[in-house]
This record gives sequence, C-alpha cells and structure tokens, in this order.
Amino acid sequence: MSEIIDILLSASFWAAVIRIASPLILATMGELICERAGVLNLGIEGIMVIGAFTGWMAVYQGMPLWGGVAVAMAAGMLFGLLHSTLTVPFGLSQHVVGLGVTLFATASASFAYRLMLPEVTSPPKIDPFRPLDIPILSDLPWLGEALFSQTALTWAAFAVAGIVALMLYRTPLGLAVRAVGENPAAVEAQGLSVTGLRMGAVIVGSGLMAVGGAFLTLSAFSSFFFEMVNGRGWICVALVVFGAWKPGKALLGAILFAAFDALQIRLQQTELGVVLPYQLFLALPFILSILALILMSRRAEVPAALMVPYNKGER
Amino acid sequence: MRLEPIANPSPVRRLGLPVLALVATLGVAMLLALVAGANPFAVLGQIATGALGSRLAVLETLNRATPLIFTGLAVAVAFRAKLWNIGAEAQLYAGAIMAVVLGTGALGSPWVLPVSALAAMLGGAALLLGPVLLKTRLGVDEVVTTLLLNFIMLLFVSYLLEGPMKDPGGMGWPKSTPLIPEARLPRIVDGLRLHWGFALAILAAVVVWVIQTRTTLGFEIRAVGQNPEAARFAGMPVNVVLVKTALLSGGLAALAGWSEVAGLKGHLSSDLSPGFGYTGIIVAMLALLHPLGVVVTAIFVAGIFVGSDAMSRAAGVPTYIADMLLATALLFMVLAILLTKVRVVRG
Repeated sequence: MSEIIDILLSASFWAAVIRIASPLILATMGELICERAGVLNLGIEGIMVIGAFTGWMAVYQGMPLWGGVAVAMAAGMLFGLLHSTLTVPFGLSQHVVGLGVTLFATASASFAYRLMLPEVTSPPKIDPFRPLDIPILSDLPWLGEALFSQTALTWAAFAVAGIVALMLYRTPLGLAVRAVGENPAAVEAQGLSVTGLRMGAVIVGSGLMAVGGAFLTLSAFSSFFFEMVNGRGWICVALVVFGAWKPGKALLGAILFAAFDALQIRLQQTELGVVLPYQLFLALPFILSILALILMSRRAEVPAALMVPYNKGER
Repeated sequence: MRLEPIANPSPVRRLGLPVLALVATLGVAMLLALVAGANPFAVLGQIATGALGSRLAVLETLNRATPLIFTGLAVAVAFRAKLWNIGAEAQLYAGAIMAVVLGTGALGSPWVLPVSALAAMLGGAALLLGPVLLKTRLGVDEVVTTLLLNFIMLLFVSYLLEGPMKDPGGMGWPKSTPLIPEARLPRIVDGLRLHWGFALAILAAVVVWVIQTRTTLGFEIRAVGQNPEAARFAGMPVNVVLVKTALLSGGLAALAGWSEVAGLKGHLSSDLSPGFGYTGIIVAMLALLHPLGVVVTAIFVAGIFVGSDAMSRAAGVPTYIADMLLATALLFMVLAILLTKVRVVRG
C-alpha cells in the first residue's frame, strides 16, 4: 500500500499520466464529435495508425514537427471523408464501414511504410517535440515536473478538449451538430443540411484522431511501429461512452484511465510485479475499459440518432 | 442526393454491381502496383500464379483458407442476426488453447480429437457469451467489448506461453508443448500438405447452411437481424435467439484456432493467427453472409494472401497490397450491394 502512495505522490507519475492521456484526449474528442453528430466512427483505430505514420514520415522527410501534425490531420480527414461518404449520404452500416476503414487505413500505412523504407530492419528515429520550458512554472518544485514540463502537443490536446466543449455548447454550429445527432429531421426543417453537418463532424473528428495517433510518433516514441496504436482507438470509443458523450467528463475519463495505465507500469517494478504476470498489468487498460462500459451502461445518455442513417423524405 | 428503394431490381443490377465491385478492386490493385513501380499486369499475373500456379500453391491456398472459412462462418452467422461479433480473433485463440490443454497428454486416442474439438467450441462460445449477455442485459455495445477482449486474449496467450504452457524444449521461443500425435488431425491424402481441418470447415459451412435454411433457429436469426422489434412483437424470444447465435458463432471461430493447432502447426504460438478473426469479416461480407459463399470467398481471400506473398518476393511490391485490396473489396462490395437495392436521386 505504502508503495502505491509513494507512486501517487511522485511528480514523475503525474507527468506520465498527462503524457499518456494526451493522445487519448485527442482521439476521444474526435470520436465524441462524430458520435454527437450521430455517426459511430470505428475507423478510429486505423485513422490513428495513419496519423502516427504520416506525421512521422513527413517529419522524417524533412518537414517541421508542426508540419507533420498538419499532414497527419489532413490524412485523417481524408479517411474521414471516405468514412462519412459511405455512412452518411449512402447510410451504410457504420459498424461494417468503420471496421473497413480501420483495415484499409492500417493496411495503407503498412504498405506505404514498406514502399518508402524497403530495406530497413528498425524504423528510423526523428527528433520529436521536446518538453516546453515555461519560465517560473517549470522551475516550481514538484508541480514544475508534474504539470509544466510537457510538450507543446500535450498542451494542444488539452486546448482541443476546451475548444470542442466551447464549440459544442456555446456556438450555433455546435448546437446544430448536437441536434443532428438527436433529431436530424428537425435540423433539416430548419433548412440546414444533415448530410453536410454529419460529414463535416466525421471529417473534423477523424482529423483529431489522426493527430492523436501522430502524438505517439512525434511526441512519445519518435519512431513508427506497426503495432504502436495497440487498441488505443477502441479504448477511446469506450471513453466516449464513459464520458457520457460530454467533453469534460470524457477528458476526466481519459486522465483517470491514463492514471491507471501509468500506475500499472510502475507497479510492475514493485513486489506485485514479481508475484503477478506482467501480462495482467498490460491487460489492465482493456479490462478497465470493459468495466467502464458496464458501469455507465445504465445511465448513458446516448445521442438519440446515433447509428441511425438519415434519408431525406423517408420517415 | 437521396436514396430511393427499387421495387424490382433487374438481374443485371443484382449481379452486375457486385462484379463491378470486384473489377474496381482489380483496378485499385493495378494502381497500387504502378505506385510501387511494377508492371500492373505482371503483378496481377504473379498473384494468380502464386495462389494457383502449382499443386503446392493450391494446397497452400486451401490450407490458408481453412481458418478463414471457420472465422468467416462465425462472422456470417452473427452478422445475419445483426450481432456484431468482432471478437473472432479471441475466440480463435480460445479454441487453440483447448487444443493444447487436451491434446498434450490429458486424453488419448480415440477420444482426444472429438473431445478437444467440442471443448474448443465451448471455449469460444463462452468467450462470446459475456459480451452478448452484457448487450442483452445492460445494452453494452458488443463491438467494443469483443474488440477489447481480443487484446486481453492475446496477452493471456502470451502469459500461457511464458508460463503454464511453455515448451521446455522451445529454446526460448514462446511456443507451447507440442501436441501428441493422436491429437493431430491427419492429412486428407498421404504426402499432400492438406489436413482434415479443411474438410471439416466445408462440413461446418454445410451445417450452418442447413441451420439457416431448414430450422426454426435459422428463421429466427434472420427475423431478429431484419427487425428485432418486429420479431419481439411476433413473440420471438429475441435475447434467447441472440445468445444461441453467439454460441454458434463463438464455437465456429474457435474451431479455426483448434484446426490450426491440431491440423497445421501442432503447437500454440502467439503468431498463430495473422488476423484471421478480422479477415473473417471480409470473407463473410464478400460472401453476402451466405455460408456456402463463405467457402468460395475464403479460398479467394486466402489466394490473394498466398499469391501476394509469392508476388512480393518476385516483384518487390510490399505484401501488404493484399490487406489493402481486401479492405478495398469490402468497402466497394457493401456499396455495390446497397446500390442493387436503392437508386440515388437528386433532391
């Protein structure tokens, strides 16, 4: 027990929590926007892979880091366009199309990787985002290390959460996006385009997912591996449910989740790690996600038109 | 744009569009070959010869098709009831684990094969039972739970291979103790590298087809898939039907792992399945969820994989072209099937 308290009090633990939470926050916000507009986007896992790959490759080819982020976002939006074209105007099964997009995006990343780096055995490294040194704040004892020595992309992730919340609840556009996920016919009656709003939401949301993926290569690991997204996308789908489709709660969920993840990594170094197999620790995030889904199942406020395609003139 | 149902689609439309989807996929294949700097026609030719060009190639394709028939059937059965089982990968490993648990000396001839097959099916079924009960009782989306279980299962397999099932003679490779000879599926013809798993897979397809077309359960599965509210209103026990569907689906997926261990590999390793569970979704969708069609599409999909491996060695186009083609085929096919039923009108 005292070991756990020691871990929870250490500054490096909280620094890790914020770092681990960042890609989850970005991708969860992306998924949340899609779902609030009524579209379940199961392309998320593959779109994160594409973001991780394209962002990294762009920087490896000589682009600046923020250029890599922009490339990742654009690539994600392209796959969002593919997903939303099939699911919104054509109203195809969001389950099947989403999985298809994930398979297609993952395969595209693998294909392009092998095409561009045919001979390499280990992927080349790039110079990643460095922790920002903020005057005074970064030098604070404990807090400086825990909160104020993060990369710019982490700050961007938290800013995105704030912007998404403001956009959804404080702007007419946000109202329209929320309405299209609850009652598309009413939105149509207002003279707004259901197709346009939904496609726009999926495209923007997919862009954010891809930036979440790019965080892994540009800020966390500085290299690209095929298996690096490793189910994070699916965990983000669970986090949206856990956050009851609200940006603030989803943000807290991502941080809570990251805290468990950071804790399990550290617990592996303790006596518990000797007694229990390390695979149990690695499985913890997935087990927690399932528990979170069960916990929230009864009180989830699902958008009423989630997964319901809208066809004009049909009731 | 708006979609308008077509009352009586013409046969040209019903057959032409799916064929067009496959042709479009070939077009994408040629485009990818061009991008990779290879001759598109040569690449297609090398994939075809790699898959079917020799007796050895055909046998390799059929061997690769065997687990895909099982996982394709698992997905087809579940999707028919709109039960989104994306966990065939985990259920496959459940079957593979059972093959090792019972096949390494716990049971001898003649019981070991039938008992371990049955245990595999029960293991796979049990693994899907949880997500389905969560769906019917609490409304938890089964897509996410089955997907998450895939990751948990792979870690569990990794634990087994480093712990309780570790092969002492494995020289550090993470693989299980080998099966005893009595627990292995024999080859169909002596000297040819094709095991009885393939024949069992075809048998399974026929059994599923009979269930779907000749039994009450088959009728109920279709009714629940088409409209669960209507089925419930008609007095059908929708949740019971979903649970039965899940048991069938999970059991079929588990047989994929069981037959890979008992028929092909003879031991369990963590790379037993290069995503057979996920590829099963493509196999099932290309077959329009028809159980007999699954056999055909599984062989087709296996051929693409085996052929692409051979082509990649010769032409230098990355072997991942196979995964790209199959994902493309899936997306084109779902669109083509929709367009056989509706037409796009302006306004």
